[in-house]
Amino acid sequence: MADVIEVGAARKDAPPPAGGKGRRGVTERGSRATPYLFLAPYLLLFLTFGLLPILFGVWLSVHQWDLQLPNRPFVGLDNYKDLFDSESAIYGDWWSSVKATAIFTVFSVPLLVVIPLGLALLLNKSFPGRTFFRAVYFAPYVLGVAVIGLLWRFLLDANLGLVNRLLGAVGLPADTPWVTDVPWAWVSLVGVTVWWTSGFNAVIYLAGLQDISPELYEASRMDGANAWQRFRNVTVPGLRPVLLFVLTTTILASANVFGQSFLITQGAPGEETRTVVWRIVDEGLRDNDAGRAAAMSIVFALALTVISLINFRFFRYRED
Amino acid sequence: MIQNEMSRRRLLGLGVGLGTAASLTLAGCGGGSATKSGGPAAGNGGKDYTGPKVDLKLWNGFTGGDGDIFKKLVQQFNSEHQNIAVAVTTYQWEDYYSKLPGAVSSGNGPDIAVMHMDQLATFAARGVITELDDVSKALELNEGDFAPTVWTGGIYNDKRYGIPLDMHPLGFYYNKAVMQKAGLDPNKPPTNKEEFTAALVELKKSGIQGFWVSPFQFTGGMTFYSLLHQWGGTLFDDQVQKATFNSDPAVEACTWLVDMIKQGYSPANVGQDADYLALKAGKNAFNFNGIWQINDIAKDPAAQIGVAEVPQLGTQKAVWANSHNFTIVKQRGADNNKISGAKVFINWLSEHSLDWAKGGQVPARKAVRESAEFKAIKDVSTLAPELEYAAFPPATPGLGEVLLTFYNSFNEAALNKKSPKQALDDGVAKANKQLEDNRKKYGN
Repeated sequence: MADVIEVGAARKDAPPPAGGKGRRGVTERGSRATPYLFLAPYLLLFLTFGLLPILFGVWLSVHQWDLQLPNRPFVGLDNYKDLFDSESAIYGDWWSSVKATAIFTVFSVPLLVVIPLGLALLLNKSFPGRTFFRAVYFAPYVLGVAVIGLLWRFLLDANLGLVNRLLGAVGLPADTPWVTDVPWAWVSLVGVTVWWTSGFNAVIYLAGLQDISPELYEASRMDGANAWQRFRNVTVPGLRPVLLFVLTTTILASANVFGQSFLITQGAPGEETRTVVWRIVDEGLRDNDAGRAAAMSIVFALALTVISLINFRFFRYRED
Repeated sequence: MIQNEMSRRRLLGLGVGLGTAASLTLAGCGGGSATKSGGPAAGNGGKDYTGPKVDLKLWNGFTGGDGDIFKKLVQQFNSEHQNIAVAVTTYQWEDYYSKLPGAVSSGNGPDIAVMHMDQLATFAARGVITELDDVSKALELNEGDFAPTVWTGGIYNDKRYGIPLDMHPLGFYYNKAVMQKAGLDPNKPPTNKEEFTAALVELKKSGIQGFWVSPFQFTGGMTFYSLLHQWGGTLFDDQVQKATFNSDPAVEACTWLVDMIKQGYSPANVGQDADYLALKAGKNAFNFNGIWQINDIAKDPAAQIGVAEVPQLGTQKAVWANSHNFTIVKQRGADNNKISGAKVFINWLSEHSLDWAKGGQVPARKAVRESAEFKAIKDVSTLAPELEYAAFPPATPGLGEVLLTFYNSFNEAALNKKSPKQALDDGVAKANKQLEDNRKKYGN
C-alpha cells in the first residue's frame, strides 16, 4: 500500500499526462465513470435478474397472486400472518417443512465441514495414486441429483434394497426402514448428501491447503511442533478464509435441500421429510399461490441472511 | 484450482438464477388477463378444416410405452391431413402441470393439451383451456357414449372443457408362478374377500407375504382409494364442500389394509415401486396397479403375471380410475385456423381410439369398447368392465392438493405413525381448510 502512495506522490511533480486534467470529472486514472463501466455488465445482470425479481417477490408476497387468475387482490401481510397463524391451512405444512430443513441442516453441515477437511488433509499428502483418489472422492459430485436420488432409493429400499441385504449378510438387522421412517430417513438423507457433496468441499480445502506456505510448516517443525500443533497453529489459521467460505456455502446449500428428499424419501413418513424449498415449489407451482410462496421465500431468505451474518461475525471476531 | 471451482459454482448459480428469474418475470408479465378466448366460434367443431396450413403444438405426459403409440397415431394423422401438422412434446406429468400455466401465459404453450380428468376444472377455472361444447356437438357425442362420470367430469360451470380419450382404472395383477408354488390355482385369481384372504393364508404358509401394501400414492394410496369406495365411503360430500374420508367405512377400509401389514401378509415399510418390483420378482403375489403396467408385463412374459378385475373386498365393487382428456389451450392472440385444426385432430384421434387402446388404455367411447376388435386386445379388455363401477375423482378446481392430503394421511397410517382413525381425522381437518381456501380463491 505504502509503495503505491509513494509512486502517486512522486507523480505529482511530473508533468500532467497528455489531455489530463483539463476535463471535469477526469482524474489521472481516467473518468469517474470508469469503475462503474467496469461494474456495469455484472451490475446490469444483477439488477435485472437479482434485485428486480427480489423486489417483484416482495410485491407478490402482499397479494393473493395466481399467475392465471385475473383477480389478484392486495392482502397486506396476510400471507405472512398465515405462516404464523395455527388456524391457517398452510401453518402445519410450513412449520413441519421448517423443522425438516432445520434437522437436515444441523446434522449435515458439521459432517460436510469436518469430513472433507479430513479427506483434503489425506489427499494433500504425497502417496502413489494420489490423483486417482482425488478423482474418486470428487466423482459423486459430478452426478445429478436425479441419478443419485434414484440410485439410493433402490439401494436403501427396506425390503428389496442392497444395503439391508448386506447388513443381513453380516448378521446385523436387515429390516431397517431407511427411507420410510424417522430417524432412519434422516440418516439416509444426510449420509447420501455427505457422500455426494464431500468431494466438492474437499477440493476447496485442498486448494486452501496448497496456498499455505511450506516455510511455515518447516519453521514450526524447527521449533519442535508436533503434528497436532502444526495442524492447530498453522493449518487451521491458514485455512480460516476457506473455512468461512465452506461453512457459509454449505449451510446455504443444506438449507436449500430439495431433490434428495423429493426423490429418496418422497417426504415420508407422512410429510416429515418435506423441506422448505419443496414446500415453496408446491405452494407456488402446484397450488398456484405465488403470493404465499413468495412470502415463504422471503421469510426463509431473511432467516438464512441472519445465520450467514452471525457466521461472518463469528469468524471476524476470531480474527481480531 | 480454487479459482476455477468457485467460478464454476458461481456460473452454475448464476445460470440457475437467470433461468428462474427469467421464467418468473415472463410468467409475471404475461398475465392471464391478456389471454383471449377464441374458442367456440372457430371452425365447424372439428368436422374438417380447409384453411391454410397450420402447425399445431401438442403436449402430453405419455412417457411410457403409450407415448410411442401416440406418436405413431400423430404421424398417421399428419400424413392424412396435408394442411395440419401436429408436433408432439412429452413431459413427465408432474412437471407438465406446473409448466403448462407459465408456458401458456408467456405465449409458449401448446395448442392442444392432454389432461387428466381431475385437472380439467382447475385449468378451466384458471382460464388456461377453452370451451369445447361445439366439438362434442359436431362429434355427436353424448353421455350415452361414455361412462357417465367421465362424461360429466369434463364439464365445469355448465360448459365442456375436455373430450375424453380413454380411461385408466386400477387393475389386479397376480403372479401365477407364486400362486402355483403355494398350491393355488393360477388361473383362478381371487374375486372376493374370502378367496382373497384364504389365498393370503396359503401364501403365508409357503413363506410368501402375498399382498405388499405400499404407503405411497402409487399404488397403496390408490388401493386405499378403491377400498374406501368398496366399503361404501366417499372422499368428499356431493358438493365437494367437506372431506369425508374419515367416515366409519373409510376407517374400516384403512384398518383392513393396515392390518395386512400387522398380520404379516405384507412387509412393513414398503418402498416406492417395491410392491410391483417384488411382484415381478416372485416375492409378492398380488398387487393392485394401474392399467398402464400391462405394457410392462407384456415385455416380460417369463414373469408370468396375470391381469384380472380388482376383487370385491368390501360391500360393493369399486376401483380407482382416471381419464385422459383432450383440451384446447387459450392463446394470447387467438388464431381461429389453429383452433379449427385442433378440433379436427381431436375428432380424428377420438375416432381412432381403438389404436390407442393398444397403448394400454381403455377407450372412452362405448362403441369402441364394445367392438370385437377391442375385445381381442388381451388384458386391456379384461379391465374394461371395471368402468361400470369405477370411482373417478370429482371435478372441482384446486382438488389436486386436497387429494395429496388424502394420500399423505394414508401414508401415515400405513407407516404406523398414526392409527388409521387418527391419520384420517387429521387429514380431513387439513383437507377441509384446503377446500375452504379453494372456495375463496376460485369463488364457488
